[in-house]
Amino acid sequence: MSEEVKEKSDKARAAAAKSAPFGNDINLAQYETCPPEIPVQIAPSEIRHQDRRKMLATGIMLDDPSQRSGTFVQFDNRPLHTSVAQEGIEVMATSQALAKYGWLGDYFWKAVAVDADKYTAHVELNNADGYFIRALPGAKTLFPLQACIYLSRARLIQDVHNIIIAEEGSELHIITGCATAGNEPGLHLGISEFYIKKGAKVTFSMIHSWSPEIEVRPRTGAIIEQDGLFLSNYVLMRPVQSIQLNPSAHCVGENATVRFNSVMVATPGSKIDAGSKAFLNAEGTRTEMIARAISTGGEIVSRGYIEGNVANCKGHLECRGLILGEAGFIHAIPELKGAKAGVDLSHEAAVGKIAEEEVEYLMARGLTRDEATATIIRGFLKVDIEGLPPMLNEELKKAVQASEQDIF
Amino acid sequence: MNSENLLEIEDLHVSVDGRGILHGLNLTLKPGETHVIFGPNGSGKTTLLMSIMGFPRYKVTQGRILFKGQDVTALPVDGRARLGIGISFQRPPVVRGVKTHDMVAACFRDKRPYEQKGAEVTQLAERANLLGFLERDINHGFSGGEIKRSEMLQLLAQNPDLALLDEPESGVDLENIALIGQLINELLDETHPACQQAHSGLIITHTGHILDYVNARTGYVLCAGMIMCEGDPRDILNSIKEKGYQECVACLKK
Repeated sequence: MSEEVKEKSDKARAAAAKSAPFGNDINLAQYETCPPEIPVQIAPSEIRHQDRRKMLATGIMLDDPSQRSGTFVQFDNRPLHTSVAQEGIEVMATSQALAKYGWLGDYFWKAVAVDADKYTAHVELNNADGYFIRALPGAKTLFPLQACIYLSRARLIQDVHNIIIAEEGSELHIITGCATAGNEPGLHLGISEFYIKKGAKVTFSMIHSWSPEIEVRPRTGAIIEQDGLFLSNYVLMRPVQSIQLNPSAHCVGENATVRFNSVMVATPGSKIDAGSKAFLNAEGTRTEMIARAISTGGEIVSRGYIEGNVANCKGHLECRGLILGEAGFIHAIPELKGAKAGVDLSHEAAVGKIAEEEVEYLMARGLTRDEATATIIRGFLKVDIEGLPPMLNEELKKAVQASEQDIF
Repeated sequence: MNSENLLEIEDLHVSVDGRGILHGLNLTLKPGETHVIFGPNGSGKTTLLMSIMGFPRYKVTQGRILFKGQDVTALPVDGRARLGIGISFQRPPVVRGVKTHDMVAACFRDKRPYEQKGAEVTQLAERANLLGFLERDINHGFSGGEIKRSEMLQLLAQNPDLALLDEPESGVDLENIALIGQLINELLDETHPACQQAHSGLIITHTGHILDYVNARTGYVLCAGMIMCEGDPRDILNSIKEKGYQECVACLKK
């Protein structure tokens, strides 16, 4: 074991009982820890029909791969399927990538701290597998890549460690869907580390579809170099027991840009603590964070943090919340830190009910109160994501619409 | 009640947030007629239109409103809209995420699927010079004139039997007034084959500019929540231009 690897596992061991600053504390002992299983390669058609249907609700199309440049599927702690249909794009299990590329170890725990909390520590100490996606210099995905992380075994801790590398001047579009098979309890721990090199562009659209007994602790970090762009979209419309995530992006190169968009619905019983952080550390860096939150009875803490450490950086944070249920709450916590004169940081947050004035406006055109309300909610959730290819935008809209019909 | 009347307002008293605004107003309007309402600020003009449309903030404390012979005093806004009353808003709200074309499509009173309305929406938008606005959130960043045209566009789609227009020309530049006037004419003319009945209008105007485009039959002056004068709208306008509303106030004191 190299010094560096040993140091990481030492750190992880030291953090094995460390609580996260946000979200309810989870007793890991109440779930089962299982080591990762050796990746296999099965055809997507061998995956059960009902599982494929659940995946489809998160944007994962296994039956018709013609609209995808590559696919990765992991069940529990075992990668099941990997395929790629384009030169210059690599998709494989993280364990396979580690075996292939001696240098990959350098990318481990650089964008996310291994000792951030007990969840990152668990992923490290359990040698988690996951996906490795890389675009070689100048390569651009024609169609999006899709990655599905599926939790099917009851009471399991699903450990996932993903590494995404966009080499110089490359472009990656990734749809990732996380879903669960049944209504059994489970815990999903997912580390995703993004390395976006000079002039590269990554769009990452994550759609979660869990169930009321599942707890979820994703840990995401991105390092964005000069002229790089990271566009992260998050959709959570279905019930979940608890989810806490707070991805962070470090814009380290000049003119690096990060945008976070999220759409969240907390149904009764769901506890959501979701935010995003951006560190603007170089000239001309920018960020934009847009969160739309709806509580139909569940709890949402919507965080945002922008730190401007150089003059001539720009950030804006927007959080809007709608409370539609009797119970539950939405707690918006926008934070800005400017450490130099010349930063341009702003935020706006609004939490409330649907404006009566808007309902009446639509009713005056002949819509019933229910129709008017539904139209306004649909509009509220409709986030046109700047910079996202139209096809991906359509898919995200479809995912939101599919869930809307069940909820409203 | 006279069944020939499209709209009949009897002894209407309306209060807003507990304050009485209209004090016993009577008005009748026949199919195909357009009437114009003048009056100083705060006289209750907008309140009258909002009450006819049925917004809940405008509480009818006495009297009643009949539309097509039906007592609509207790009918909610959407019910009145479906019966054939439409209104142009002075300051409509921005509804984020709801595109202008969604609004226009929603205004059609039939239940055709959206795909079948698309061409018609585009055609109407072209007439209102709003083609470039169909993909924008409704009213978001619209100028005064654009709001007026967008309101007219929605009303053209809704095609109401009675259009309530609150100062359609205010905040509109000269070039656009002609277009607004033309759109109002389209709305009130019998050019709509879908409806056999002629269209009627009730228009609030401050300046009277709209009379250059719209053929209004009757004019009223509203003062302190009551109708003080009724007559030829041009005569009334000339008198107001000459003497202001003082004469009406004097009328009130008699």
